[in-house]
Amino acid sequence: MAEKSNTPLVDIRHLKEYFNINVGPFVTKPLKAVDDVSFTINRGETLGLVGESGCGKTTVGRTILQLYKPTGGEIYYDGKLVKTRADLKQFRTKATMVFQDPYSSLNPRMTVSDIIAEPLDVHKLCKTKEERRARILELMNYVGLNSEHASRYAHEFSGGQRQRIGIARALAVNPEFIVCDEPVSALDVSIQAQVINMFDELQDRLGLTYLFIAHDLLVVRHISDRIAVMYLGKMVELADAKEIYDHPLHPYSQSLISAVPVPDPNIARANKRIVLTGDIPSPLNAPSGCPFRTRCRYACDKCAESMPEFKEVSSGHFVACHRTAEIN
Amino acid sequence: MSLLEVRNLHTSFFTDAGEVRAVNGISFNLDRGKVLGIVGESGSGKSVTAYSIMQILAETGKIVDGSIKLDGQELVGAGEKVMRTVRGNKVSIIFQDPMTSLNPTYTIGHQLTEAIMLHTNRDKKQAWDRAVEMLKLVNVNEPEKRMKQYPHEHSGGMRQRVMIAMALACEPDILIADEPTTALDVTIQAQILELMQSLQKELGMAIIMITHDLGVVAQMCDEVIVMYAGSICEQGTADEIFYHPRHEYTKGLMRSIPSVDNAGEKLRPITGTPIDLLNMPKGCPFAPRCDNAMKICIRERCERMEINENHAAACWMNVKNAAETPQQDEEATQ
Repeated sequence: MAEKSNTPLVDIRHLKEYFNINVGPFVTKPLKAVDDVSFTINRGETLGLVGESGCGKTTVGRTILQLYKPTGGEIYYDGKLVKTRADLKQFRTKATMVFQDPYSSLNPRMTVSDIIAEPLDVHKLCKTKEERRARILELMNYVGLNSEHASRYAHEFSGGQRQRIGIARALAVNPEFIVCDEPVSALDVSIQAQVINMFDELQDRLGLTYLFIAHDLLVVRHISDRIAVMYLGKMVELADAKEIYDHPLHPYSQSLISAVPVPDPNIARANKRIVLTGDIPSPLNAPSGCPFRTRCRYACDKCAESMPEFKEVSSGHFVACHRTAEIN
Repeated sequence: MSLLEVRNLHTSFFTDAGEVRAVNGISFNLDRGKVLGIVGESGSGKSVTAYSIMQILAETGKIVDGSIKLDGQELVGAGEKVMRTVRGNKVSIIFQDPMTSLNPTYTIGHQLTEAIMLHTNRDKKQAWDRAVEMLKLVNVNEPEKRMKQYPHEHSGGMRQRVMIAMALACEPDILIADEPTTALDVTIQAQILELMQSLQKELGMAIIMITHDLGVVAQMCDEVIVMYAGSICEQGTADEIFYHPRHEYTKGLMRSIPSVDNAGEKLRPITGTPIDLLNMPKGCPFAPRCDNAMKICIRERCERMEINENHAAACWMNVKNAAETPQQDEEATQ
């Protein structure tokens, strides 16, 4: 693991992202995809972000890189506020993204070398053609692609190799921070492990910091130092990876972790799963107060009245639940 | 006699690029009331096996050889008329993607009653009542109201419940579940798996569970088949497969999944990429990716071997002195 310092590299404060959705002719309603989320990521650390589809985890990743303009909140990178266009351009040479779907995130009309070099061209990082070519080969080498692959097109590659191309592209600007949005979900188990190992190795070698977004808890548990759990646009729990796995405090995290199928028959048969009733509510009609109260076993009147504060209950363990003390 | 007996099944797709042998000589039995898991990567032939049983292959696909016996009745070569009495009545299937497997232009009630009327001799009123009863069985709230709604008004988990209700409406002997929870979130997946388990106990049907998720298999299945490149690598009871894997592919698969035990350690992935079905090697299909591959693995395909009564595998590693055998053969032929 790379050396970890305590000054946060990425500091997100009260991030909000609302989308206006047409609910009728001339009537729009804000969909609160991300609602007041704050967290920090230290240099060299991997923060895992988990939650069900529609909980806003992808939107958090995209909003940090300002692929969507945040509705509210601040993003501090290395102590500096990212605000103006110039800040943003500078920020994007430090922070990049790996996308979920290796099939749709690579332009089918570009060769692998052009895909990887696009960030270099945009940020004008290479002065000569030779330099550009050398950098492309270096990047391909990082992710385990052969130099002869450079002139091929994306469709000639398998899913795992395409994801490697996507990672090489993300590494092109020599970033410090990478948002990985479900980078292994579309891959087969055996290929998934290769790509996870590659993320690990690149982190050691280049001292990278990751925000690792995924819904597969076993993968996130494996790769992350800390894990954050989101539900309906809110962050409900944040703690050390081992801590959150062994002692989840929020009722949602508890059921989420217990619901993961464990690949071991004896454990799986004996496992006491907390099966939630009902579905995740529509974020357009989010419940009042705590968003999870409609599916929560412990919900009380207070939960309907106010959103619980996201507070630190023990060192580094944050949770947003009114009844943390009573139920654990 | 087993409920379902599949023997030496070969299914191929005839494409412009050549014959793709998607299923290449597989055999298994399924007994009444058992849950059989079929695991494998994409392209390993697990779904094609299921589609072959139902005979719902794409136009280019054909069962080339082998036999599928359901309750003693041969299905390979049986006409469409026979298959119509099998599909839905005796064997039902639920598909992976609940978003696309319901018709968006008809109500849930219409689609359920249509299926019930087709397979039983109930009239419309009785079929409607039966549909409501089925929705209750799969824990759908307010089934009467749901019946009048369209698929888009339902969430993914709800639609998968409707699919299960439809599949079970005619009380089939076998339910084939083709990646039933892959498209769903973990908490919804837990609900659906729990539901399938309780229905299985209640109705006593057999389930073929097709999945790539070993966690789902561990939770649901009595017996497991591991497939690679259209062949069965290993089959046996869940305990045998998980605790004493005897095929290199299965072992590799188990090592490459992140678990609580290996957190923080490097995973040990299977190297290389899955095989191209158009260019199948002569020997063991897994040999090019296998760390322990021997000469014989590249030359000759290993036949299925019984390890014990609950376990069989097709791997040369289980044959004593297999590494030496080919050399002796070579000398013999020289």
